[in-house]
Amino acid sequence: MNTTTTIEAGLVHQQFDDIGQQREAAKLGMWIFLATEVLFFGGLFLSYTVYRFVYGHAFVEASRKLDVVIGGTNTAVLLISSLLMAFAVRASKLDQRRMLTGLLLGTAFLGCVFMLLKGVEYHKDYVDHLVPRMGFKWEGADPGNAELFYWIYFAMTGLHAIHVTVGIGILLVLALLAWRNTFSNGNHNTIEIAGLYWHFVDIVWCFLFPLLYLVGHR
Amino acid sequence: MEKVVDPKIYFRTAIALLLLLAATWMIAYINLGLFNLIAALAIAITKAIVIALFFMHIKGSSRLLHLAAIAGVMWLLILISLTLSDFLTRGWTQ
Repeated sequence: MNTTTTIEAGLVHQQFDDIGQQREAAKLGMWIFLATEVLFFGGLFLSYTVYRFVYGHAFVEASRKLDVVIGGTNTAVLLISSLLMAFAVRASKLDQRRMLTGLLLGTAFLGCVFMLLKGVEYHKDYVDHLVPRMGFKWEGADPGNAELFYWIYFAMTGLHAIHVTVGIGILLVLALLAWRNTFSNGNHNTIEIAGLYWHFVDIVWCFLFPLLYLVGHR
Repeated sequence: MEKVVDPKIYFRTAIALLLLLAATWMIAYINLGLFNLIAALAIAITKAIVIALFFMHIKGSSRLLHLAAIAGVMWLLILISLTLSDFLTRGWTQ
């Protein structure tokens, strides 16, 4: 706690004793926000769990129509974007301005790749008549419950896609600010908590991919 | 300046996560009955823990942050387990 340098002391807001306490408070605030996000997505995961138990067979059938290659590729894209984000946080702590800007742009770019693939996939779902209330057609045994699966699929991936979009926006603003040298000399708190958000969005997808695309065995 | 993590740890974390993705993908093509679901969930939980520990720096952070990170998960488990205690025991699943 006593490692605060003169430059860092200038960053401390008046309600905090030192820079260490200020950084800890920012991270704690972000983790509490992420706990609310867990419960936000949790409602959808709960619906998924209940309906999967009740209509397990229909869910397995419905899931097989999803494009597992796009879903799996998107998982890899997000995992690699998380790696870049982790390095961005590291660069911000080391005061590497160019590296930080580049890594933030790289992370945002992979976020855009994810959204692009998701868009291609949604379009494919539409063409295949898998979108509920928009020409949904099902040849299999249980059309009502298959449609329910697709409601849940679009709600969960849609909410996740909104989070990715927000994340891309945050990353682009931070990249601009980083280029203007805003986060130098120990002022890297913002980058760190934005990183926590991005990694959280990645974690959500780590659950969505197997639960939606790999229901039962293919 | 704050302490930073050795880049090797980030690379190893990413490689571990990609291997886990490959594992969950491949297991889906083998018919293991209920074990498919168990394996998929176990791998997803492992990935979440690995990301939280190494990318989100839960490893090496304070007890207070550990508590905040666990709190959200605990409430989610309460939500799901209490709901399932109803659905699994009262014959809703015909």
